[in-house]
Amino acid sequence: MAAAPQPMSAMQTVLGIFSLPRNLRVGIGPMIAAGVLFAIVLVTACAYLIVPHDPLAMNALQRLKGPSAEHWIGTDAYGRDLFSRVLVGGQVSLLIGIGAAIISVFIGLLIGLVAGFFRWADAIIMRIMDSLMAIPAILLAIALVALNGPSIWSVIFAITIPEIPRVVRLVRAVVLSAREEPYVEAAIAVGSSMPKILWGHLMPNTLAPLIVQGTYICASAILTEAILSFLGAGVSTEIPTWGNIMAEGRNYFQLMPSLIFWPGLMLSLCILSINLLGDTARDMLDPRLKKREV
Amino acid sequence: MLFKKRSFDDAPAILEIRDLSVGLASNGLEVLDKVSIRIRKGETVCLVGESGSGKSVTSLAIMGLLPKGALEVTNGSIELQGKNLIGLSPQGIRAMRARSISMIFQEPMTALNPVMRVGDQIAEVLNTHTKISSREARQRVLDIMEQVQLPNVERIYRSYPHQLSGGQRQRIMIAMALVLEPQLLIADEPTTALDVTTQKQILSLIAKLQEDHGTAVLFITHDMGVVAEIADTVYVMKEGQVVENAPVERLLREPKEEYTRRLLRAVPSLVPRPPRPMDATKDALSVSGLDKLYHGTGIFTRTPSVHAAQDVNFVIPRGRTLGIVGESGSGKSTVARCIMRLIDPTAGEIRIADTEIAGLSRGELRPHRKHIQIVFQDPFRSLNPRWTVGKSLTEGPINYGMPHKEALAHAAELLELVGLPKDALGRYPHQFSGGQRQRIAIARAVAMRPDVLVADEAVSALDVSVQAQVLQLLDELQQKLGIAILFITHDLRVAAQICDDVVVMQRGRVVEHDTAANVLSQPRDDYTRSLIEAAPGRAWDFANFRELEAV
Repeated sequence: MAAAPQPMSAMQTVLGIFSLPRNLRVGIGPMIAAGVLFAIVLVTACAYLIVPHDPLAMNALQRLKGPSAEHWIGTDAYGRDLFSRVLVGGQVSLLIGIGAAIISVFIGLLIGLVAGFFRWADAIIMRIMDSLMAIPAILLAIALVALNGPSIWSVIFAITIPEIPRVVRLVRAVVLSAREEPYVEAAIAVGSSMPKILWGHLMPNTLAPLIVQGTYICASAILTEAILSFLGAGVSTEIPTWGNIMAEGRNYFQLMPSLIFWPGLMLSLCILSINLLGDTARDMLDPRLKKREV
Repeated sequence: MLFKKRSFDDAPAILEIRDLSVGLASNGLEVLDKVSIRIRKGETVCLVGESGSGKSVTSLAIMGLLPKGALEVTNGSIELQGKNLIGLSPQGIRAMRARSISMIFQEPMTALNPVMRVGDQIAEVLNTHTKISSREARQRVLDIMEQVQLPNVERIYRSYPHQLSGGQRQRIMIAMALVLEPQLLIADEPTTALDVTTQKQILSLIAKLQEDHGTAVLFITHDMGVVAEIADTVYVMKEGQVVENAPVERLLREPKEEYTRRLLRAVPSLVPRPPRPMDATKDALSVSGLDKLYHGTGIFTRTPSVHAAQDVNFVIPRGRTLGIVGESGSGKSTVARCIMRLIDPTAGEIRIADTEIAGLSRGELRPHRKHIQIVFQDPFRSLNPRWTVGKSLTEGPINYGMPHKEALAHAAELLELVGLPKDALGRYPHQFSGGQRQRIAIARAVAMRPDVLVADEAVSALDVSVQAQVLQLLDELQQKLGIAILFITHDLRVAAQICDDVVVMQRGRVVEHDTAANVLSQPRDDYTRSLIEAAPGRAWDFANFRELEAV
């Protein structure tokens, strides 16, 4: 018996999306966004190789100093090097953003496939999702962090949970329309099992919209993390993130605007470019927005 | 057969297309090549051809609706009463549309605004293009709605499109097209989505309105029966060129071009095939007392239950073909889907090779699935676009434990059996034409070595010439493999060509069940008779270019 060659299809689809030659005509905006995002990711990923100072090292003599040769964009209220802190802070922010996006897309995909295909599961799952959506995302996240304690993983968990219902709804809608396709009925007729139909025939239909949704979740997760940290409900204060750098800088805002400006700038650039890329991906993948071809 | 025989030699030309060429804007590839068409006052010109022959592009070019940046006119002229339409400003084209030329489309549901009352939609045309008071406009709308023979016009004026039937919607479209009394009406397959009996009414309506108003009509169709009924003059198109044009009777009687002859020969005849001897004794499929009831839903207002199929009984012996014929909503597809167990029947028995499958659970059913396979109508949706042909073909056999390699080898044989090259295994569905895809879908069904093949409108989406080939293929497969075929169709011509026995369904009930020859030549039921009478061009033997001899 040869092994059933099923798991290929998902991979092929992903590759297929990236090798659409005609649709790869993108404008200058998305190119800049991709460049900016790449630079931010590269710099923050290698932050510890670049930073001139230990981001946690305090120096009482150097409190709230302006830009100098030693501290390129100044220091904070404890005399820590702001440049180093912003770079290292990006690591946590990006990790949380990407982590939340991947986890919520994956869990949402599984739940959504089940909800879309099995009628008995649909009613139950969707009511649970509706009630999750009824709670404001930030409040839910704060409550979850308060329950689990302030670690990176509990923050990712707290951001992921409110995002899942959106993914589930999206996947369910795609599955609901795709399962009426004759090729799915033909697969039932040739005796394919439910998991095989779900994974082989229905799941690939959801990949394109999920990639787009994933970028939005990533951007909003980075923002939510910053909000949580700013409110003091995020990662513990020893670990710098863009959110808690700004939270600490808030008190000295009038004295040293750069404490808010630099992490804020990184945050905005990062989210702006991720959203721009998401929009571009949506335009390329959504056949309704594509220019009609004859 | 009574053809239209009016002479238009003295009538003034309404539309004169001279040497019109249209090319792809990106690479200049010709889509239309020097097309010349003349339409005179009061004349009905039929434009026929297979899909991709350029019929629709021609009509879009006349309306100035060619997709911008994709197609452009490269040569020639389109003159409407002596005025060239090419190079007209957008305002000029807009004024010309509706006032002088209007168009009706194939699918009235998508051409009407779903959230606007149909009466207001017709009135909007008047308000946009004329300066009459709203009361006058309303009167004219009601008047034109009377003319297109809508019942109870006051009520229909206030209806939304979804509250009307397909035929009524098409009447609204015609009313909208004619309310400004244009000189030219372009009808792009206006009856293709309708049932035959409705089609007949719409065709006679168009003919009557044309007589009353003297409108010239450009009628685009692929249905030779319709052509025989309504055309004065016929233009045959092939690959962007007009290959032949002639008055309708001359074209059908003495076609000059080989292509026209081939097109006419492919039109299936209404004369049933010679009955085959009943040699097999074993029943492949037997259905008894099949019932499907859709319960009404809704919390506040309960919609009425629908009896989609009621007490359906038939048997198909091995190697024979049973046709289920009926109009949309007759329940023929419901029966097919019940038999496939894609939906669960409410009551009744379905026996496949001695196994009762109607009462089995999903799990119990799986081992029996391979005995019965289905081919769907739409070849563009019945294959997973992301899977190679080889993967689609081997899916079923692998499910039943065939090793991967063996399944692939088997699939390659099957492709040869259905007349496709072996290297098709590694290609994707979009690389094939509609007819080829339907062959692949048939190969997928046959790969399971089924006892019964259900063909649900399997040739309805194909051009006549391709249709003939696919019917031929089904016939060959049946002879080689001894499969029983359940053939579901709305087209009596197709049923006559392939079925041994025919079941006629109306509103979920079987109204007639007999051999194909008896049903078609001596129908006993009134409904069957009206279906046969509505079949366009039924008195003409297209394939032999002469009248049908009375049977």
